[in-house]
Amino acid sequence: MTAPPTAHPAQPLIELIKATKRFPGAGGTVHTAVRELTMDVKPGEFVSVVGPTGCGKSTALSLVSGLQPASAGQVLVNGTRVTSIPDGVGYMFQSDAVMPWRSVLDNVASGPRFRGAGKAQAREQAADWVTRVGLAGFEGFYPHQLSGGMRKRVALAQTLVTNPRILLMDEPFSALDVQTRANMQDELLRLWAGSGAAVIFVTHDLDEAIALADKVVVMTASPATVKDVFTIPLERPRAVEELRLTTEFVRIYREIWESLRVEVDKTRQLGGARSVSRVS
Amino acid sequence: MSPDTKQSVSPASAGGSADVPIEETEQSILSGARRAQRARKRNIWLLRLVIVVVWLGSWQLVTAPGGIDPFFYSRPSKIWERLVEWFTAGTDFGSIWLHIGVTAEEAVIGFLIGTVAGVVLGVLLGRSQYLADVLAPFIKAVNAVPRIVLAALFVIWFGLGLSSKVATVVVLVFFVVFFNAFTGAREVDRNLIDNARILGASKGQVLATIVLPSATSWILSSLHTAFGFALIGAVVGEYTGAQAGIGFLISNAQGTFDTAGVFAGMIIITVVALLAESLIGSLENRLLRWRPNVGATAAQI
Repeated sequence: MTAPPTAHPAQPLIELIKATKRFPGAGGTVHTAVRELTMDVKPGEFVSVVGPTGCGKSTALSLVSGLQPASAGQVLVNGTRVTSIPDGVGYMFQSDAVMPWRSVLDNVASGPRFRGAGKAQAREQAADWVTRVGLAGFEGFYPHQLSGGMRKRVALAQTLVTNPRILLMDEPFSALDVQTRANMQDELLRLWAGSGAAVIFVTHDLDEAIALADKVVVMTASPATVKDVFTIPLERPRAVEELRLTTEFVRIYREIWESLRVEVDKTRQLGGARSVSRVS
Repeated sequence: MSPDTKQSVSPASAGGSADVPIEETEQSILSGARRAQRARKRNIWLLRLVIVVVWLGSWQLVTAPGGIDPFFYSRPSKIWERLVEWFTAGTDFGSIWLHIGVTAEEAVIGFLIGTVAGVVLGVLLGRSQYLADVLAPFIKAVNAVPRIVLAALFVIWFGLGLSSKVATVVVLVFFVVFFNAFTGAREVDRNLIDNARILGASKGQVLATIVLPSATSWILSSLHTAFGFALIGAVVGEYTGAQAGIGFLISNAQGTFDTAGVFAGMIIITVVALLAESLIGSLENRLLRWRPNVGATAAQI
């Protein structure tokens, strides 16, 4: 742990205090996914979490979302312990989680509908967000008629329409091609800028982590815990693709990669199939 | 970009369009495709017609005088006469429409009850591992019973009327739908459920908006088989003991060595099954609009 950044003096919105998650593993053993994880996220702060593949980054998100309880330690959202899904949490999954049997508009409207809004009101809210993510004109389309990038936009609108104060993102763009991904990153930054939401963005792509975040948390090889925390002093608003070419970006990248590389090598030696992508 | 990494393509080397011969215009490509499509369709129907003519023709020929005995094997012309007679003069037991109506009523009522029960129990057990584990041996045992035999029992219990046939249909339809609904409810994408929960869905809402739609394609595909079973159940039930219905007519024709009557009954059942099949197919297409290319090949076979 390094000292927390000074840019956000407010009280933390999300706190993980020595949170540990264990699962029953194969062959009667107990698998530890994350161990003594301690980190915090302030309101409006964008935090990226990078680490070797399979180290347990996603588990950290599911602890915060309340989908899974911690085995030990504490998970606090807004100062209270997480026992069920906390209010104001949005979650974007790695794979498509949009409902294939609902049109774009109805998919986006489902959040407000679940929360008790009337059909007309939910659709009105949804239509607004469909436009904001750039899908105006596609309201009546079904997900299979859209490209991968467009489905991600639907998922983004579906999450943002509920106006979350906490946005948890689990490698949401990892399945996209490079150009679409950069596009979605810009879009995410644009939409997030006005929302004031705190974001935890899990990724194995260090480029992505730096380009988006205020703070990059580097995780160790499995079982994961926090290794280092880096503050990213890049100015906002950012244009992701141009940003990558700046010397400042390259300097930060080199610094964080030094920390991350050790963990990636460890994972490789343990037989990790994929590893963190790296620019040459 | 540094100038030495960039190469320019000169317009001259790209070539003008004027000296490239055009073999096909857009119209000719499109009309060619349409013509091929039409020819294919026509050939398919022609071959179907040939198969029917050869089949019925050879049957008619071998049962001619001097051939095999039409008393046992009947012949197409006799079956046709019997059908015409049934539909114009009526059967020995009243109007043919009455019998078709009775069989259809038994099949449809039993089909609806069996389907609803199958879907409800299938989804329930699909979502509850505990219940599924508890009930698994019972369901396997009941499924292993040759359920057609139950028809005899149902006639004793419920009499010769509608209810004994409906009961037979229900036990046949239920298991087909149940196993599909069970699998469908089980195979629901975990992410979709988590996503809905995060978006604020209650347990009931998850069931109604995620689990049921997700299992729908499984359930619908079972309905094709299930309605076939419904007709079988109704006919077998009538065959076992009844006072009306197509199964009753067939049973009666058998009792009087009227092979043409048996075949005529068979044909009527087949037509009813095909009509129901196309109804279910269009229901499937309507409910599964969201799925890519639904019914393109499945509905044909």
